Amino acid sequence: MTAYIIRRLAVAIPTLLILVILSFVLMYAAPGGPFNSERPLPPAVLANIEAKYGLDQPFWKQIVNYVVGVVTQFDFGPSFQYKDRSVNDIIAQGFPVTLTYGFWSFVVAVGVGVSLGVAAAIKQNSWLDYLAVGISVGAQVLPNFVLAPLLVIVFTLWLDWLPGGGWNGGAWQNMVMPVIALSTSYMASIARITRSSMLEVLNTNFIRTAKAKGLPMRRVIWKHALKPTMLPVISYLGPAFVGMITGSVVVDLIFSTGGIGQFFVNSAFNRDYSVIMGITILVGSLTILFNLVVDILYAWIDPKIRY
Amino acid sequence: MTFKSKMMASTAALLIASSHAAWADGHATHPETGDALATEQVFTYRDLDESPSIDPGVAEDSAGGDILRDLFEGLMNQDADGNLIPGVATGFEVSDDNLVYTFTLRDNAKWSNGDPVVAGDFEYAWKRAASPELASPYSWFIELMSLENASAVIAGEMDPSELGVTAIDDSTLEVRLTQPLPYFAQMTTHFTTFPVHKATVDAHGSEWTQAGNMVSNGAYKLTEFVPQERMVRERNEMYWDNEGTFIDKVVRLVIPDENVALTRYLAGELDRTAVPTGQFPRLSEEYPDEALSVPTACSYYYTINLTDTGNPALMDADVRKALSLAIDRDVIVDNVLAGGQKPAYTFTHWATAGFETPDIPMASMSQADRNAKAAELMTAAGYSADNPLEIDLIYNTSEGHKSVAIAVSQMWKQTLGVETTLANQEWQTFLETRGNQDYQVARAGWCADYNEASTFLDLMDSGSGYNDAKYENAEVDALLAEAKTADNPQANYDRVEEIVAQDTPIIPIYHYASVNMLNDALVGWPVNNFQQNWYSKDFYKKAE
Repeated sequence: MTAYIIRRLAVAIPTLLILVILSFVLMYAAPGGPFNSERPLPPAVLANIEAKYGLDQPFWKQIVNYVVGVVTQFDFGPSFQYKDRSVNDIIAQGFPVTLTYGFWSFVVAVGVGVSLGVAAAIKQNSWLDYLAVGISVGAQVLPNFVLAPLLVIVFTLWLDWLPGGGWNGGAWQNMVMPVIALSTSYMASIARITRSSMLEVLNTNFIRTAKAKGLPMRRVIWKHALKPTMLPVISYLGPAFVGMITGSVVVDLIFSTGGIGQFFVNSAFNRDYSVIMGITILVGSLTILFNLVVDILYAWIDPKIRY
Repeated sequence: MTFKSKMMASTAALLIASSHAAWADGHATHPETGDALATEQVFTYRDLDESPSIDPGVAEDSAGGDILRDLFEGLMNQDADGNLIPGVATGFEVSDDNLVYTFTLRDNAKWSNGDPVVAGDFEYAWKRAASPELASPYSWFIELMSLENASAVIAGEMDPSELGVTAIDDSTLEVRLTQPLPYFAQMTTHFTTFPVHKATVDAHGSEWTQAGNMVSNGAYKLTEFVPQERMVRERNEMYWDNEGTFIDKVVRLVIPDENVALTRYLAGELDRTAVPTGQFPRLSEEYPDEALSVPTACSYYYTINLTDTGNPALMDADVRKALSLAIDRDVIVDNVLAGGQKPAYTFTHWATAGFETPDIPMASMSQADRNAKAAELMTAAGYSADNPLEIDLIYNTSEGHKSVAIAVSQMWKQTLGVETTLANQEWQTFLETRGNQDYQVARAGWCADYNEASTFLDLMDSGSGYNDAKYENAEVDALLAEAKTADNPQANYDRVEEIVAQDTPIIPIYHYASVNMLNDALVGWPVNNFQQNWYSKDFYKKAE
C-alpha cells in the first residue's frame, strides 16, 4: 500500500509539469494579453510593464523561470491584473472561503443525498421513492445560476432572513445560501447514484443470505448493504469534492463571496497569466490528491481491491 | 490670476459654514440645508468588479478612482458641478506664458498618521508614477499632463528626478509644462496626481495599499479590504475638513451580477447600484425618487477601418456617410437602451465643459430626410437591391452591444439594402482585432480623461494611438494642434466635428448616461458632475 501511494505521488509530478506547460502554451496562444485595454498603452509604458513582469523574455525562459519560482520558493508570482497583490495573496484570501463553503456543501450533499438515495431504494416504488426521485430530478434540472438569484429574492428581499451576499468573515448567515446553491445538484446526483447502487446491492446473494438468517432490516442495511453501495458514490465524490472546494463561479458571482472561483474566471478574461497558472496548479494538485484518496478508500471499503 | 483669490474666498465660506454645524439635542441637523441627519451615517454602494489597484500611481479604472477620491486628496477637488475647488492646495498661480504653475498648499493638511502633507509628497508621487521602475499602466497620464521631460522619464532615457515638478518648500509646488494646457488644473483632480506617503511605501513595498498598512490624506482611511468582496473606509480624524464631513463610513461591496445587486438594493442593503440594462423605464416608474439617469463622459460609436485591410467600398466617404445617416439614433436611445442616453451626431459628448455642440446638418434633419439622403448617396455610389453593399460589423461580447448592432444592421438593411454580417468577439480578442485594423466596422467607446473636448477629438489626430480608423486629415491635425494653445478653442473643435461628420471615419451613435438607483435619503450626489467624480465627504444622510 505504502509503495503504491509513493508510486502514485511520483507520477503526480510529471502530470503536474505537463499541466503547467500545456496551460502556459494555451494561455499564450489565446489572442490578447494582460495589458491590452480599450485604451492601448503607449509603447514606452508597455515596455516598462513587460520588463517588470518578465514578459519581454523569450517564451521558454518564462516557463523555466516560472517553474523554478514555484518549485524552489513556492512563489506563483505577482498578479498582472490586481497589481497590489501576488498570486499567493489571492489564493490565501480566496481559497479558505471556497474551502469553507465547499466543505459544508459537501457535507450537506452527501448527508442529504445518501439518505434520500437509501430511503428511496429501501422503499422502492413507494411514495417515499417517488418523492426522493422527484426531489433529486428537480434539483438536478434547476441550474444553480437560476436557483441562486431565486434564493436571494426569497430569503433576502421577501423574508429578510439572510444577507443577500458577501462573506463577512464566514458568518453562518452568509453561508446558508451559497451552501444550498452549490450542494443541490451534487446532492441530486449522489441521491440517484446511491439509489441505483443500493437497489443493485439489495438484490445480491449475500444480502439475501443475511435476510434469510433473520437479521433485522436495519442491521442488513447498515452493516452489510451500505458499504458496497458506497463504492460508485465514492468514485463520484472524489472529483465532486475538488469541484466544490475549488469554488463555483456561479456561487462566487451571485453571492460575491470573494472566493477563488471568481478570480479564476476573471483571470481568464483578463489574461492574468500568473493567476490562471496559480489556480490551475492548485486545482490540478487537489484533483490528483483526491483521486488518490478515493483509491485508498476503495481498498478500505472493498477487501477484494488490493494494490 | 484672479483664480487664487476666488479660491481663498470659497475656502473662507466653507470654514464659516462648517463652524455653524449645529449638533442640537441628539438630533443633528445639517448646517447648510437644515435637514435632520440620520443617526447612522453609512454609505454602502456596489461595484461590478474589484479594481486592479488602489495605489494612486498604479490605479487605472474609474471605480478605483471613486475609492481613491475618498482615501486621498489631490491639489484640487471638483464640486458638485465639476468646477475646481481647493483640495490640498488653496490655490495656484500661472506664469504669463502658461507654462509654470505654482500651487500653494494649505498648512493644516495631514496624513492619517498625523504627518503633515507637504509639497514633497506630491513631487514624490508624480515622479514615482512616471518611473519605469513602478511601470504603472497609467504613467501615460503624466505624459498627457505635458510635464517637462515626462516622455523621456517614462521611456527610461532620463532619471525620474528630471521630471518637471519641484517642491520649492513644504507649502509650494512648482510644475513646469512643455506646452500650455488650458485644462491643466482640471487634471490635478485625477487620482494619478494624488500624493503618496513615501515612508509607508518604503516600509511595505507593493503591499502598502492593504488595510492596516495604508497611510492616506483624504477624508477617509482604509479600515477593511477583502478584494472581490468588500472594502470599508472610515472617517479620517486627521483630515483638515473632518468637521465638515458627515458620512462616517463608506462600504464598497463587489457584486458582479447586476440583478442580484438590484435585489439587494431593494432589500435595503445598498444605497447605490447600477440599473440593469433595459430596466430603467420600469424602475423610474416604480421608484421615481430613486432611479437616476445622469450624463456620463463617454461616447459610443462605430469606427470604420480606412486602411487597405478595410472594406474597399467604405473608402468612399459618401458610402460611410450614408451608413451614418441611415441609423435612427432616436430608436436606439429610446427603445433599445432606454436609460436616458442621448443620440450622438458629434463625437464629443454634449455635456463636455465649455463645449457647444456645433450645428451638424444631419442633426437637425428628420429621420425620413436622412434616410432619403442616405439612399441617394448609396445609389450614386452604385449600390442597389441587386448589388447590395456587404459589410462585416464586429463588437465585443455583450448583450447591450449586440442589441445595438442588430438594430443598426436592420436599419441599414431596410433603408439601404446593406447586408451586414455581425460577429461578436471576446474582449481581449476584440481589442487585438480592432487594434490591428483587422476589421471593417467595429464598435467602440471612449470616455473622457478630463472635462474638455480635446479628450475626445484628439482621437481624430492622425498620430493618435487610439485612432483605430487610421483616419488622416491634415486640416484636422492642424486644427487640433492649434487648439492646444488657443485662448478659446471652440471654433477649432466645431470645425473638427464638421469635418469628421463630413468624412465619417467614425459613426457617433449615442452619448452615455449612467443609470443608477440611489437611496433618496442620501443627499449631495453630484448629478451635474459630468465625469461623475463624487466624494463621499460631500454627502449626508437625512433622517427618514
